[in-house]
Amino acid sequence: MPTKLNSKQDLEALQKELANKRGTGKPLITVCNGTACHPYGCAQVIESFNQELSKQGLENKVDLRTTGCHGLCEKGPIVVVQPGDIFYQQVKPGDVPEILSETIVKGNIIDRLLHTDPITGSKVVHRQEIPFYKKQKRNILGNNTEINPIKIEDYIAIGGYTALAKALFEMTPEQIIEEIKHSGLRGRGGAGFPTGTKWESCRHAPGDIKYVIVNADEGDPGAYANEGLLSGNPHSVLEGLIIGAYAIGAHQGYVYVRNEYPLALANITTALNQAQQLGLLGDNILGSGFNFTVRINRGGGAFVCGESTALMASLEGKVGEPRAKYVHTVEKGLWNRPSDLNNVETWSNVPVIINKGADWYRTLGTDGSKGTKIFSLVGKINNTGLVEVPMGIPLREIIYDIGGGIREGKKFKAVQTGGPSGGCLPESLLDLPVDFDELTKAGSMMGSGGMIVMDETTCMVDVAKYFLTFLEEESCGKCVPCREGVKRMRQILNDITEGKGNEEDIDLLERLSATLADSSLCALGATAPNPVITTIRYFKDEYEAHIKEKRCPAGVCKALIHYYIIEEKCPGCGLCVTACPQEAITSMGKKKPVVLDESKCIKCGACYDVCKLGAVGKE
Amino acid sequence: MTMDKKVSAIINKYEGDRSQLVSILQDIQAEYYYLPQKTLIQVSETMAIPASRVYDVATFFRAFSLEPRGKHLINVCQGTACHVRGAARVLEQLERSLCVKRGETTKDRKFTLETVNCMGCCAVGPAVKIDGDYFGQMSTDKVDNILTKF
Repeated sequence: MPTKLNSKQDLEALQKELANKRGTGKPLITVCNGTACHPYGCAQVIESFNQELSKQGLENKVDLRTTGCHGLCEKGPIVVVQPGDIFYQQVKPGDVPEILSETIVKGNIIDRLLHTDPITGSKVVHRQEIPFYKKQKRNILGNNTEINPIKIEDYIAIGGYTALAKALFEMTPEQIIEEIKHSGLRGRGGAGFPTGTKWESCRHAPGDIKYVIVNADEGDPGAYANEGLLSGNPHSVLEGLIIGAYAIGAHQGYVYVRNEYPLALANITTALNQAQQLGLLGDNILGSGFNFTVRINRGGGAFVCGESTALMASLEGKVGEPRAKYVHTVEKGLWNRPSDLNNVETWSNVPVIINKGADWYRTLGTDGSKGTKIFSLVGKINNTGLVEVPMGIPLREIIYDIGGGIREGKKFKAVQTGGPSGGCLPESLLDLPVDFDELTKAGSMMGSGGMIVMDETTCMVDVAKYFLTFLEEESCGKCVPCREGVKRMRQILNDITEGKGNEEDIDLLERLSATLADSSLCALGATAPNPVITTIRYFKDEYEAHIKEKRCPAGVCKALIHYYIIEEKCPGCGLCVTACPQEAITSMGKKKPVVLDESKCIKCGACYDVCKLGAVGKE
Repeated sequence: MTMDKKVSAIINKYEGDRSQLVSILQDIQAEYYYLPQKTLIQVSETMAIPASRVYDVATFFRAFSLEPRGKHLINVCQGTACHVRGAARVLEQLERSLCVKRGETTKDRKFTLETVNCMGCCAVGPAVKIDGDYFGQMSTDKVDNILTKF
């Protein structure tokens, strides 16, 4: 660990020294150690590299770097070899000796570990040529693959904290705010409020003590963009926060992290301690005279705590209940003092803007939405993972060019953005440019960047019910419209999915939606109807099939479907017989199709999952 | 260390800062796998926070449990990405295999089955986490096999 930095010159000298150390010319192996790679066993792959490097006598000849999320999570664990930018996917510990002996020592490519383009079916060697990465603009996420997130040396070596030095020594707080305003940066947490304006209001709010807060309570189910950023590049968030604190005039900051993100929590904690030791946090930062400390608070698994006033209540040690915002939090927030709260990704954009300038930043994106946006591209899509794209890119390019299209050759049905506050967009809107305003116009929203792709086997009524069930559980209960309204809406949807719906239900759902939007205390209730409104708007035929024909076209709603054996496909192997918890399937002997007794079937889907021959049907 | 000494140590770690109540309760739960009543009373008395407020916080956040939990905690992700890939069926299979409902603990106190809204590994859903181990791309037929590892 380097010693404390007392000036801008100290930082520059250290950066030079560390950058020189990196350019050794040795081969470099980068292994993804992100959260999504863990279920695939990346920890074992890393261990295997460590062992094998010493076994093959390569430990001093090769650099090994464990990093945060590389993005293409579907194909983890990911290993990238330099020089050559060779991209290996789904690497197992058993592949490690060969990677060293073949690729590192002899320079040979291992064909079976290469990425296959799901559209063309051809193999791709270099990372930058993989369609998933090609159309992305990884301004913020890009450094994830270049650094070990728990080494501040790595971050400084690639120019980390130079934006902070620039802000502290070359800019006044007013100039910083002006720069952020001019950049057009809008809050990445969902609502898209202009960041510079928020900072300015907070700076001008009366009061000597002010706070800055990182909202890392990414509660949207299906969104993990903030997780990937906070665990993969925690110093970039911290650097943005310190710059913001200086611009606003705050001396105390908070990072509110979800407890469900253990890796992000561990890495931001490490980053904080390192920054403190180096004098990038604490008293007299880099000798500038500016003092700033940061505390980390953990959430407790409440979705509503992503809302600013609820989060601040939670920071005060109270339950996370929101309050009405007739007085803005930039004037009276945490402990009733002026407080600026921004999302992880917003903070992370700040150093980039300060370093490269607002004019450069403005060249990316659309008129109303500048820069890039990170999305968690998940669901029924081939290349699931974290993607960063310029604002304004059409949905189609994200889903087909980057995402590689729908899994198993199925048909696209909808894409859900904005989490439980957002909506489902149909195929007819695939050419919609993705930015704050266009998504809102279509009835959805940007949210914190969840993008969940759904195919023909996803039931849109079930999806609406899913979100309402989620929100019913997560409603804090403080205001009646949300507490009771969401519950009633969920009950109506429940009836529809059970075949008990009637024709007035759609109208009733729409009327309840309007009431919730108008009268809820916070955004959780006000936006709760969005998944219902958009599914009714774009997929009314599915609602009608459930209500009028008592049929679930996607084959999801249990009460409306039945399972059956497709006799010509069934070889009588008996796997489903063993899997069935109800003994509803009987074997009729070898090479004879099994028989399913529907009266015993509980529609659990175990037979459907276990049969790889597609001999179990459902409708 | 006795329970009250452990709780004191946790409170001291946060210098008794009332704003750290959630973190303090998280640490106590990490120690005992749930929040024993005695510890909540101790937190209330030591930190001069009304017991009603401590109870309020302990019951508001879904991460906290006032009931003893099993040796292994199973978290079944019910996030949107996991949901569209069949997370509900995985949960039902776990309920059948363990003979408990969501939120309950098995009779032998070996497993507690809980759900979580998102664990941040949406790309590999449906995801299940048992203690610190993550399992991705789950399906009903993989459930029993995974349980035998514990």
